Amino acid sequence: MTATMPPNANPGLRRLNAFRFSSPQTFYPLAGKILPYFAWAAVVLGAIGLYIGFFVAPTDAQQGEAYRIIFIHVPAAWMSMFIYVVMAFWAAMGLVFNTRLSAMMATALAPTGALFTFLALWTGALWGKPTWGAWWVWDARLTSELILLFLYLGFIALHSAIEDPRRADKAAGVLALVGVVNVPIIYFSVKWWNTLHQGASVSLTGAPTMAATMLAGMAVMALAFWMYAIAAALARVRSIILERERQSDWVHEYARSLK
Amino acid sequence: MIKTLRLVIHRDLLLALRRRADVANSLLFFVIVVSLFPFGVGPEASLLRAIAPGVLWVAALLAAMLALARMFAADYADGTLEQMLLAPAPLTVVVLGKIVAHWLLTGLPLVALSPVLALQFDVPADAIGVLVASLALGTPVLSLIGAIGAALTLGVRGAGVLTALLVLPLYIPVLILGAGAVDAAAAGLDASAHLMLLGALLLGAAACALWPVAAALRIAVE
Repeated sequence: MTATMPPNANPGLRRLNAFRFSSPQTFYPLAGKILPYFAWAAVVLGAIGLYIGFFVAPTDAQQGEAYRIIFIHVPAAWMSMFIYVVMAFWAAMGLVFNTRLSAMMATALAPTGALFTFLALWTGALWGKPTWGAWWVWDARLTSELILLFLYLGFIALHSAIEDPRRADKAAGVLALVGVVNVPIIYFSVKWWNTLHQGASVSLTGAPTMAATMLAGMAVMALAFWMYAIAAALARVRSIILERERQSDWVHEYARSLK
Repeated sequence: MIKTLRLVIHRDLLLALRRRADVANSLLFFVIVVSLFPFGVGPEASLLRAIAPGVLWVAALLAAMLALARMFAADYADGTLEQMLLAPAPLTVVVLGKIVAHWLLTGLPLVALSPVLALQFDVPADAIGVLVASLALGTPVLSLIGAIGAALTLGVRGAGVLTALLVLPLYIPVLILGAGAVDAAAAGLDASAHLMLLGALLLGAAACALWPVAAALRIAVE
């Protein structure tokens, strides 16, 4: 027996390691280190996705070239909903474990989510004009996407209206959770109210009703948007960390090291 | 717990009785907003009949929303809320009491007044019955959801506008179902599906809305 120290000597220490990066101080450099990878992945995947979308994917039989905006529109709409769920998840983590970083993450995700929601609405308007003949129709999906934008803006507005950042985190967290419960209700009520939008072309259960190259383009663009969302959220959370922790020693040291 | 509930409701009703103007104001607001629409779109009876369900419902929604600021603000300002949080009774029961009192003071008068306004818009008689039923089921949901917004914005600058921003998107399902029920009845269709869904919303909101309100109050007072 030559081992000087048995493995798992200190389970407490190991558990501590798992949560090591939940402290803003340790997460800040980590975020700075991984940020470029996500940013580059977003650029590369975006280039591939747009190439597939513009040059490889065939022209649509009914809608002609106008349909190509789908490669921005659908991934943006997916991300707008996905980011809301992720934001609510971090808000819940922040409320349950009372961790500052979780709430900062939720705050950092909100503007990116709102951006994608706006992008989905805007590209939808650009797509609707040639195909439906109107910039905007009061259709179920458009309307629920608009309400999602309101929910994002409400989250941001509530957070910025409260002076004390910890109270702002918690109040906005409760709002995000209330919103996530309400989103399905709003979606179905709006759907019963009125529907014109084409049904989902991609579903997990049935065979997709579109060409494989179109689907590939959309998937690659969705990945690109996902990577962009992570990179943007990390960059924003780094700024939030510095702003909130400006009283602490490590930020002062970091600021001195930059000079 | 029932005793606490009764106590809170009784207290809030008594306070409102001492200051009757508050209750009358939001009712007056409802009447004025509804009366504005004929000036805006013209006095043509068929048009007014067509827009009546939406107009009445949107006006009721705005009136309910304007009254939200009163739900916790006074108790927050004079420290009563802090005592309620410290009290041994569960906070959700206190919250329920306050919401019920708020609905009795703002929702119920709206329900009672709506048939008169519906007559002004020449809504058919059986649709008026559905309107009253839909408002009776829908306005408690407005109070329940609105309480979350009111509690979250407690003591925040610009609370009034902020509450509207937070709460109005969440009100949309109630508006759709409520106005839809009256629309269906006016078109001679069966409105029971809409009313049942409104009832489901009411039960769901009653079951789920109290905890976020209690959490928000704790955050506000902390």
